[in-house]
Amino acid sequence: MNVHAVAAIYRFEMARTFRTILQSVVSPVVSTSLYFIVFGAAIGSQIQTINGVDYGAFIVPGLLMMSLLTLSISNASFGIYFPKFVGTIYEVLSAPVSHFEIVAAYVGAAATKSIMIGLVILATASLFVPLQVQHPFVMILFLVLTAVTFSLFGFIIGIWADGFEKLQIIPLLVVTPLAFLGGAFYSIDMLPPFWQAVSLFNPVVYLVSGFRWSFVGHADVGVEVSLAMTAAFLAICMVIVSWIFRTGYRLKN
Amino acid sequence: MNETVPAAKILRSAERAEAPAIAIAGLSKTYKTGFEALKSVDLTIRSGEIFALLGPNGAGKTTLINIVCGLVNASAGTVQVDGYDIIRDFRAARSRIGLVPQELVIDGFETVWATVSFSRGLFGKRRDDALVERVLKELSLWDKKDSKVNTLSGGMKRRVMIAKALAHEPQVLFLDEPTAGVDVELRRDMWAMVRRMRDRGVTIILTTHYIEEAEEMADRVGVIRKGEIILVEDKTALMKNLGKNRLSVELVTPIDAVPEALAAHGLEIADGGRRLVYVYDTAAERTGITTLLSDIGKAGLRFRDIETSQSTLEDIFVGLVRDPQ
Repeated sequence: MNVHAVAAIYRFEMARTFRTILQSVVSPVVSTSLYFIVFGAAIGSQIQTINGVDYGAFIVPGLLMMSLLTLSISNASFGIYFPKFVGTIYEVLSAPVSHFEIVAAYVGAAATKSIMIGLVILATASLFVPLQVQHPFVMILFLVLTAVTFSLFGFIIGIWADGFEKLQIIPLLVVTPLAFLGGAFYSIDMLPPFWQAVSLFNPVVYLVSGFRWSFVGHADVGVEVSLAMTAAFLAICMVIVSWIFRTGYRLKN
Repeated sequence: MNETVPAAKILRSAERAEAPAIAIAGLSKTYKTGFEALKSVDLTIRSGEIFALLGPNGAGKTTLINIVCGLVNASAGTVQVDGYDIIRDFRAARSRIGLVPQELVIDGFETVWATVSFSRGLFGKRRDDALVERVLKELSLWDKKDSKVNTLSGGMKRRVMIAKALAHEPQVLFLDEPTAGVDVELRRDMWAMVRRMRDRGVTIILTTHYIEEAEEMADRVGVIRKGEIILVEDKTALMKNLGKNRLSVELVTPIDAVPEALAAHGLEIADGGRRLVYVYDTAAERTGITTLLSDIGKAGLRFRDIETSQSTLEDIFVGLVRDPQ
């Protein structure tokens, strides 16, 4: 294990975050806080409870999960895409670093950033809405598992993208709609049966549901199913990353 | 069993100690487009030498370097660095290599110190501020250590790239067109730096379009043409064996054509008939100069001056690339 290399890449990526702290940290915290203020505190006070939970508290896990997904993807995709774009990737590819170490360093840094920001958002949310975390260990487990899984997904997007448009296309056109339709603002129990069934094809539903269970003790789908679905998506991402490095796809000629 | 394992290990260590810096065998590369960049290349680069790899654009120089450094997958063949296979023992092989690529690719938002230190860590080396300081000082970058890379001039950025390649103390250094687009002063500085590296035992593989650079620095020269190595030779021997001398005779009275009496010498007319040029082989037993000068007198031509010049490595290179024979 080339520990020094993993540490070098990890530190480099973290330093990039702190160099652009307004964009990387402050911006997502402010925009998510606006959701809490508008939907949680302002509109939420006019909406009746859902499954006995205040609407403001109900949307916190979903919003947090939405931020975690998008941040993990953007952090990891940009982290690997930028050196590809400017050409400095040559240094990483010519270094005595295994594929696993490269992924661990980039994905680890991206996930760390997302978790950090997620916790800041959580702390900010507690200022606007009444908050409780019934199962803190499960909450942390979902936070870490989601951050790692979607950082891995972002890493794949960063390697696949050969331009800035492609870098944005999946987060904007696929992930954001799935996140909005994944039950962040509502319980899928509130949907007609047909749309409930359709929603079960949306992987974000499982993430939001499981994560919400850790907060309020109530979920749209079983927490075990949520964990299993997240782990399955993680496994799929790992298989794709493994294939990328084995074939050199978009990395080597 | 307990005795054979250490013995085998000792044997492998001894073999590696005597192994060349780079051993390439049957290396081929065909891109997806069908372009055959390398055709079964065999090449051995000795430890501690400066090896200049010359070839026209698209000859396969960069592909060869990129395969050795792990940036391009070979279609066939093997490469060993200090006896370590670049695929099987990739950690040992790559940790010995430093690469300065042709393009000026560097993260402009980092400071010089940070980017050079990053490279050292990336190659698995523990932090060593004293070493990074020495490298930066040797490359006249010390006073820029806290500057962001994107504030530096092109020449300075090139130095930073070299510093990055040296930060992990490589035993083999690849310089792919290191002085392309840099000024004369920096070029001279780089040549001095390359010599210092060689004096420390580092093997240097250099590709360049400036043949003067290879002539100035290389111990051996390899010429690659259309993906094939067409020549590998000691530079001095190459210049002696393939070099030609030119004798230029300045005439008092210009002539329109070479007189019949001098036809056997294969002369050329130059400078509007004011000069006769004779090319002779430096390695030949008889150069034919005495006979030529005598025959010029007999032909009734008077000359006022004689000049000789030796062909440069560039002349030899151009001849080789134009005609592999």
